[in-house]
Amino acid sequence: MSSFMEWVDARFPATKVWQEHMAQYYAPKNFNFWYYFGALSLIVLVVQIATGIFLTMHYKPDSQLAFASVEYIMRDVPWGWFIRYMHSTGASMFFVVVYLHMFRALLYGSFKAPRELVWIIGMIIFVALMAEAFMGYLLPWGNMSYWGAQVIISLFGAIPVIGDGLSEWIRGDFVVSDATLNRFFAFHVILMPLLLALLVYLHIVALHKVGSNNPDGIEIKKNKDADGKPLDGIPFHPYYSVKDIFGLMVFLLIYFGIVFFVPEFGGWFLEKDNFTPADILRTPPHIVPLWYFTPFYSILRAVTWEWLPGGAKLWGVMAMGASIVLLFLLPWLDRARVKSIRYRGWIFKTAVGVFVVAFIFLGYLGTKNPTHVDLFLMENVYWAQSFMILYFLFFLLMPWYTSIDPTKPEPERVNFK
Amino acid sequence: MRNALAAFMLLLTPAIAAGAGGEAHLDKVDINVSDTASLQRGAKIFVNFCLSCHSASYMRYQRLADDLDIDEEIVKQDMMFAGDKIGDLMIATMPTADAKEWFGVAPPDLSLVARSRGPDYLYTYLRSFYLDDTTPSGWNNLVFPNVAMPHALYEWQGNQKPVFIVDEHGNKKFERFELVKTAQLTPEEYDTAMRDLTNFLVYLAEPAKLVRYEIGFWVMIFLLVMIALTYALKKEYWRDVH
Repeated sequence: MSSFMEWVDARFPATKVWQEHMAQYYAPKNFNFWYYFGALSLIVLVVQIATGIFLTMHYKPDSQLAFASVEYIMRDVPWGWFIRYMHSTGASMFFVVVYLHMFRALLYGSFKAPRELVWIIGMIIFVALMAEAFMGYLLPWGNMSYWGAQVIISLFGAIPVIGDGLSEWIRGDFVVSDATLNRFFAFHVILMPLLLALLVYLHIVALHKVGSNNPDGIEIKKNKDADGKPLDGIPFHPYYSVKDIFGLMVFLLIYFGIVFFVPEFGGWFLEKDNFTPADILRTPPHIVPLWYFTPFYSILRAVTWEWLPGGAKLWGVMAMGASIVLLFLLPWLDRARVKSIRYRGWIFKTAVGVFVVAFIFLGYLGTKNPTHVDLFLMENVYWAQSFMILYFLFFLLMPWYTSIDPTKPEPERVNFK
Repeated sequence: MRNALAAFMLLLTPAIAAGAGGEAHLDKVDINVSDTASLQRGAKIFVNFCLSCHSASYMRYQRLADDLDIDEEIVKQDMMFAGDKIGDLMIATMPTADAKEWFGVAPPDLSLVARSRGPDYLYTYLRSFYLDDTTPSGWNNLVFPNVAMPHALYEWQGNQKPVFIVDEHGNKKFERFELVKTAQLTPEEYDTAMRDLTNFLVYLAEPAKLVRYEIGFWVMIFLLVMIALTYALKKEYWRDVH
């Protein structure tokens, strides 16, 4: 065995890569619950690619055949229903783990220097994932798939001058049609997965260059032993590979619990309206995207002020864009001297609390009719506007409140019970 | 001011559109797809009364025979149209073009109706037909106003008329149905039959439902064991981390 590895290592740096990224990659020993979601995101990506390959063997990207081919998979393909539910549940679970992974970065300041590029690449992954999910959602060719795509693509029409031409170019037609379905299929199964795989690779390369952050937000590389190994670090393999396998099993319990027992998840993962085929003459009573887009969709719809130059729709689209662009800027908006929320003052803690509430309520309101009253006192649209303002204030005021926030001194070494 | 008013009106339109749908009260139905006898009775009603006009074009007769423990010979003789083969899809005999001419709309495919409408809707719908002189078919439905479909099971249920009460705001509210012509079945028998039919439609919408709970149960057991094992493994590996 060892002579075989010598032969390989003389030609390919197999052992070197293994040592650098697994067996001698030193990760802080104080990772907590929040640190499972990076590894889980990677595993869900693999699950999506694996199940996706099997789905393409029976799926027909043709507006006349697509809907029936999905039902063919659900009924006539042996275990087809299982593969399909794994893929549809996997899409939602992908966003669950990615949102928790991103929230972890916010809690412990993982986007701050020297990890700005890790964060930026991660944000590009998030945007690519949204594109991947959006295009994949058209493929079953259900009525909500169809009208969801119709609404979202028409948003590009709000851009002055080139808008209408641009949305036509994206669709390949004047309405969402067979041409749209075919190109979305091509992007969904080839372009985006390739891009995602490349971006995930870059994300990990950038991370391993600077090393992982941890719940205390201090650099373990500051305290090294005589051999140059971080005193608070432990090799990723076997310590974290073993720990992540345990985390994976807990995740799989939840994931397969949904796949086998509640694959529609009460209409949150598979919508009722998507069990009727796309019909250009029958618009669903209210069109809503799947839950992982609703916070941003809510911001889009919250801008109703027609007196704005260019009209409310244009500003709604810009607000939605801004709500994502601001996330990219986090490393420079945050001026605090400490990273982790453990050593930040009450101002930042309050701000994060408000942000979480705003994000969740925006998500909830994005699934509701704007003119109904689902909370209390006022119509949903006014609540959405209020939470939108809080969402933006969290970012726009961040340079100010993080610089005056009374922080506590960071410890020399990580806390580990 | 005019702009503000226009914007306000624009905001109002979805509310009007949503309001027009009207959300009638739905009766709860007890669904149990492991009740094979009920599924068999439902399948019988489905092929005798629904399948002449409505297709279940994603479903095969063979699957029906296998899943519901019905002998293939019985399916061939009693449930299929002449000329169909056991592996064929369940396609209605009525041509779509004729259906459009007769009813103004082609009867929808019922393969997935339980997933797009929900079982409570179907159960209530099937029991909410009433006589109405103002519609082309002479029938109307409380949960699907002005539905094109006539009551296919009126001989079983009898003819019924809705009784409305007027509340303090002057709104007409449905209270109950009154039987105006006696039927072949008692109301209880009819409700049971419609429960069987709804149960069958739930199965029809997702045949995998018959197996996925049981497989899921064993997967859960397996994963719980794996959680215990991997937790112990993690503990063992981490013993030397201080």
